Amino acid sequence: MDKFTTVTGVAAPLDLVNVDTDMIIPKQFLKTIARTGLGKNLFDEMRFDRQGRENPDFVLNQPAYRNAEVLISGENFGCGSSREHAPWAIKDFGIRVVIAPSFADIFFNNCSKNGILAIPMPQDVVDVLMEDARKGANARMTVDLGNQKVTTSDGQEFGFQIDAFKKHCLLNGLDDIGLTMEKAAAIDTFEAKNATLHPWV
Amino acid sequence: MTAPRTLYDKIWDDHLVQEDADGTCLIYIDRHLVHEVTSPQAFEGLRMTNRKVRAPEKTIAVPDHNVPTTEGRDTHIDNVESRIQVEALDKNARDFGVQYYPVSDIRQGIVHIVGPEQGWTLPGMTVVCGDSHTATHGAFGSLAHGIGTSEVEHVLATQTLIQQKSKNMKVEITGKLPAGVTAKDITLSVIGATGTAGGTGHVIEYCGEAIRALSMEGRMTVCNMAIEGGARAGLIAPDETTFDYVMGRPHAPKGAKWEAALSYWKTLFSDEGAHFDKVVTLKGEDIAPVVTWGTSPEDVLPITGVVPDPESFKGGKVEAVRRSLAYMGLEPGMKLTDIAIDAVFIGSCTNGRIEDLRAAAEILKGKKIAQGVRGLVVPGSGLVRAQAEEEGLAQIFLDAGFEWRLAGCSMCLAMNPDQLAEGERCASTSNRNFEGRQGFKGRTHLLSPAMAAAAAIAGHLTDVRELV
Repeated sequence: MDKFTTVTGVAAPLDLVNVDTDMIIPKQFLKTIARTGLGKNLFDEMRFDRQGRENPDFVLNQPAYRNAEVLISGENFGCGSSREHAPWAIKDFGIRVVIAPSFADIFFNNCSKNGILAIPMPQDVVDVLMEDARKGANARMTVDLGNQKVTTSDGQEFGFQIDAFKKHCLLNGLDDIGLTMEKAAAIDTFEAKNATLHPWV
Repeated sequence: MTAPRTLYDKIWDDHLVQEDADGTCLIYIDRHLVHEVTSPQAFEGLRMTNRKVRAPEKTIAVPDHNVPTTEGRDTHIDNVESRIQVEALDKNARDFGVQYYPVSDIRQGIVHIVGPEQGWTLPGMTVVCGDSHTATHGAFGSLAHGIGTSEVEHVLATQTLIQQKSKNMKVEITGKLPAGVTAKDITLSVIGATGTAGGTGHVIEYCGEAIRALSMEGRMTVCNMAIEGGARAGLIAPDETTFDYVMGRPHAPKGAKWEAALSYWKTLFSDEGAHFDKVVTLKGEDIAPVVTWGTSPEDVLPITGVVPDPESFKGGKVEAVRRSLAYMGLEPGMKLTDIAIDAVFIGSCTNGRIEDLRAAAEILKGKKIAQGVRGLVVPGSGLVRAQAEEEGLAQIFLDAGFEWRLAGCSMCLAMNPDQLAEGERCASTSNRNFEGRQGFKGRTHLLSPAMAAAAAIAGHLTDVRELV
């Protein structure tokens, strides 16, 4: 997994609540057996018409936001399916940070497994960041994971919380499976005990 | 004496492998269900790192999401990408030696219907799948939730998951349901009351007289949509209804193991005085047959209602509702019963079980689908299909003018050829009404199987109570 330390870049405002995983990556793009290459289909049905022409009104089609690395959005971001194609598409597009007042649980988990930082922040803070994002390409936001801090283009700073284990994995680009494999003895013990206690499992 | 625990607490405690000082927990997984769409990258990851599936006997694979529901699919799938995914699952199941139900097997079906049907899902278990509707299995009093593909790979390799414990939420449905009101109406009404983020960070336990009175099929419908309420998992404490359903299933315990299992399962309930972080109570008597009008499952109203005005909402929801109504082609103030439909879909992991087909057939018996309306019935598994044929339900659907299909997810998410055309409106027994869910620019109204059948006859959304 890619390490995440600090990102400084353009933030795109997507001022919608309940952005669901079908919006982020419609199902016709789930038929891949690869993890990469989904960036071009991110928000497909909002970004393009049926003929594949860009919708000029959609934020990521506007010149200022074509290279956005941060996305600011409304509450309950990522609700819906468990498809990891959603964070894969976000990352493949080049976005490394999503900030919203709240996230759906499975999406939130999937982000950290892919080196994407999903940050829940209070609505009033998100409102400030949304306004900052609206300033366009020259307004660059900084997200510093080590110091757990977001800095707007005009220097306002906001702290954020993150689970210590997630932070550790993101900062160091650690693979969960490798870490768990180190606990193989504990898993063996559990299985042995369970075979006695719950032999029908 | 230990402090009173909730059902969720008990299952969690019994699956805790290790807890680190920072609260990160390693949880053992008893059953891992796998389908073709969210697993190829996980198996590929195992190959790249030379890892094996730790417990292939606890791993059950079945293709469901993008398989066609028409004859001939066992020999050929037209869509190249779908075919590649199904072939990849065939190969992965074979190479890694997991339990497998290919499309040629009568037991094939939607993963969340196959698991319980075959007795893989048992009370007190932890069940995961790379699909958010894994919550369905919570109906057995098992802790079941969706996971992403990275976690699928993690479970394949280690049979565990890294987890933080969720909070406890209780949803109680008191009293009795009025006639014409079903499990689907309960679960949609709960989401309507709490919102799609109401359960975020929580595991819901559904309880109360109206829940107890439900069959296993109904309980699965209720838990299935826990995720639409934001909760990762929904649970119902097991009871005689559960045990009766489980007994004798192919992979259910037998003999002495059954007795041992039963005595454990009977300890699976929330203790008196156990702490819930959030409690929601609805009166069964107050629940009506409901439909969704918007593009979020929380956009729920009784069928007797009217399309709401965006200005009646607050905050970001005002804009969301405006957008929703434009997408759905609806005007505020319009009666829900005046909404004409083009298609009816009966099926999905929410409502593709035998009882759902019975409920729809009951309404459709001797009737015809309205002119110009297309109807699709997709049983949740090959066995449900066979049973429905035996009971004469299939003939009722065919006589009414419905198409009678093979098992799969079908038009619930329209990854296979079963899709709405642009602008088409569907009365659907599925679980999500998101934009584009059932086809590009397709419009979805979620409702119960009985309500879907009633809509099929009328040609517009209608109150099933007027037909019973």
